[in-house]
Amino acid sequence: MNYKRITLLGGHYGSGKTNIAVNMAHELKRQHSYTAVADLDIVNPYFRTLDSRDELEAEGIRMIVSQYANTNLDAPALPQDMYAIVHDKAMYSIVDVGGDDRGALALGRLSGMIAEEDNYDFFMVINKYRPLTPDPQSVMEVLEEIEEAGRLKFTGIINNSNLGAETTPEDVLNSMAFAEEVSRLSGLPLVLTSCEEKLYPLLEGKIENMFPMKLQKRPVE
Amino acid sequence: MMAEKVLMKGNEAIAEAAIQAGCRHYFGYPITPQTEIAAYMAKKMPKIGGVFLQAESEIAAINMVYGVSSAGKRVMTSSSSPGISLKSEGLSYLAGADLPALVVNAQRGGPGLGGIQPSQSDYFQATRGGGHGDYHMIVLAPSSVQEMAELTIRGFELADKYRMTSMILADGTIGQMMEPVSFDFDIKPQVEKPWATTGTKMQREHNIVNSLYLKAEQLEKINFERYERYKEVQENEALAEEYLTEDADIIIAAFGIAARVSRNAVNEARANGIKAGLIRPITLWPFPEKVFKKAAGHAKEIISVELSMGQMIEDVRLATECKVPVSLCCRVGGMIPTPDQVYQAIVAANEKGGK
Repeated sequence: MNYKRITLLGGHYGSGKTNIAVNMAHELKRQHSYTAVADLDIVNPYFRTLDSRDELEAEGIRMIVSQYANTNLDAPALPQDMYAIVHDKAMYSIVDVGGDDRGALALGRLSGMIAEEDNYDFFMVINKYRPLTPDPQSVMEVLEEIEEAGRLKFTGIINNSNLGAETTPEDVLNSMAFAEEVSRLSGLPLVLTSCEEKLYPLLEGKIENMFPMKLQKRPVE
Repeated sequence: MMAEKVLMKGNEAIAEAAIQAGCRHYFGYPITPQTEIAAYMAKKMPKIGGVFLQAESEIAAINMVYGVSSAGKRVMTSSSSPGISLKSEGLSYLAGADLPALVVNAQRGGPGLGGIQPSQSDYFQATRGGGHGDYHMIVLAPSSVQEMAELTIRGFELADKYRMTSMILADGTIGQMMEPVSFDFDIKPQVEKPWATTGTKMQREHNIVNSLYLKAEQLEKINFERYERYKEVQENEALAEEYLTEDADIIIAAFGIAARVSRNAVNEARANGIKAGLIRPITLWPFPEKVFKKAAGHAKEIISVELSMGQMIEDVRLATECKVPVSLCCRVGGMIPTPDQVYQAIVAANEKGGK
């Protein structure tokens, strides 16, 4: 993909933003030497970009995370260096916005500056197999709530429909009509459809703009 | 009904299963790592004519549960370790009034405020009661997101059947992890509750829901009767999963998240020629004593793998009447044992050979 200077990921809670952020960061790093991942999630203290810190930093990717992420301090803290996202114009970044409208609230502090510079994409990550967003209409509700809370308009849709480790190629194919309908209702382009990399050979050629991903490690199988 | 699979967090699976079981009343107070239950209820209950209420405290929430249960409706609350301590008075009152309810504890590290990472160190609190007085709760220990849903439904059914509180004793990891779930459940019709305070309509005597007895003889009689009912639960409802135990020399005892880690370790041991097996209690109270008694007949050692300083290990020793050595393999404070740590414990026990 051709990345803008700032790439933001929003979406329903648990739609897979963090996994996509980590994978995009690796791709972005290959295009731009000065790359960062920023975690603006103020809601979820479990399973964050920080779980992938070692692999990201080994590649020289800067981590912009709250010093309290993954600790026992369960406070809605933001990274102290979050303004680097807008002020450090040499830096390309992937920004993991928190889930739902509450998670996107912190984005509102930066959105004016992001919109003014106008070198960004804000992608809505969707998963048809999540219980509270099973149809395009429910996704539209969440989409509008996030735009309002984050005070920034989305520019595209990423279809991350999956059932975790049990995902089959059919599950991905069966989600396309859903993703296309979200795209039609919102007037936003369907930018990517992601899948675990082992499924990629089975789906290649059947879906446009595939994004094969490595999944973050889980604490327990 | 959702017949197809959906991708859910364990906490969300509990909330959805409760709704499908006919629960229309949820009272809670937020605390990590179980807040998704309240968040899910807040979104969904208003859409289906149910009640979601964020109470002013955990104590208020459990007493609201008492009220709804008195009126004969399925009701639940959820919290995590420190919040369950606050609810303990209410749990005792529910037991004293023989009221059915479902309570979820997504355990975190303690004691005190502890931390927000997973733990199993509320085992004593759950299986021995937690509050004051002679009583028990039915304690169910899920080890997957699918089981979070299944045991929630089972919990409501058992609670109504025996007029007891069912507790789902989960932990932060199972609450937070995402797995596919199928909600293809056959929900049984709810049992009649002739004792409920639903209004006499001038056609019957008053029903009274209460835990205060003015005469000692009467309170003693009620306690004896309650324990007759508990005996029935112990005889009929104890449940465990056995994995490769039949010929096993070394048997792991583990529930919930610890059982998932242990299963990997057992597979590793088998691949290396060690006869290892796993007993996974699904009900922690009643404790599946018979399965352990049988295992003590052939095992050289039992290893209790826990996210605590060793609590279930006492029940394992009681159930096996100390006929075989029982050792502990644990991590605490929010840490989870690795499969390799458990595997090394199996190797060490196997080398000792039961001595």
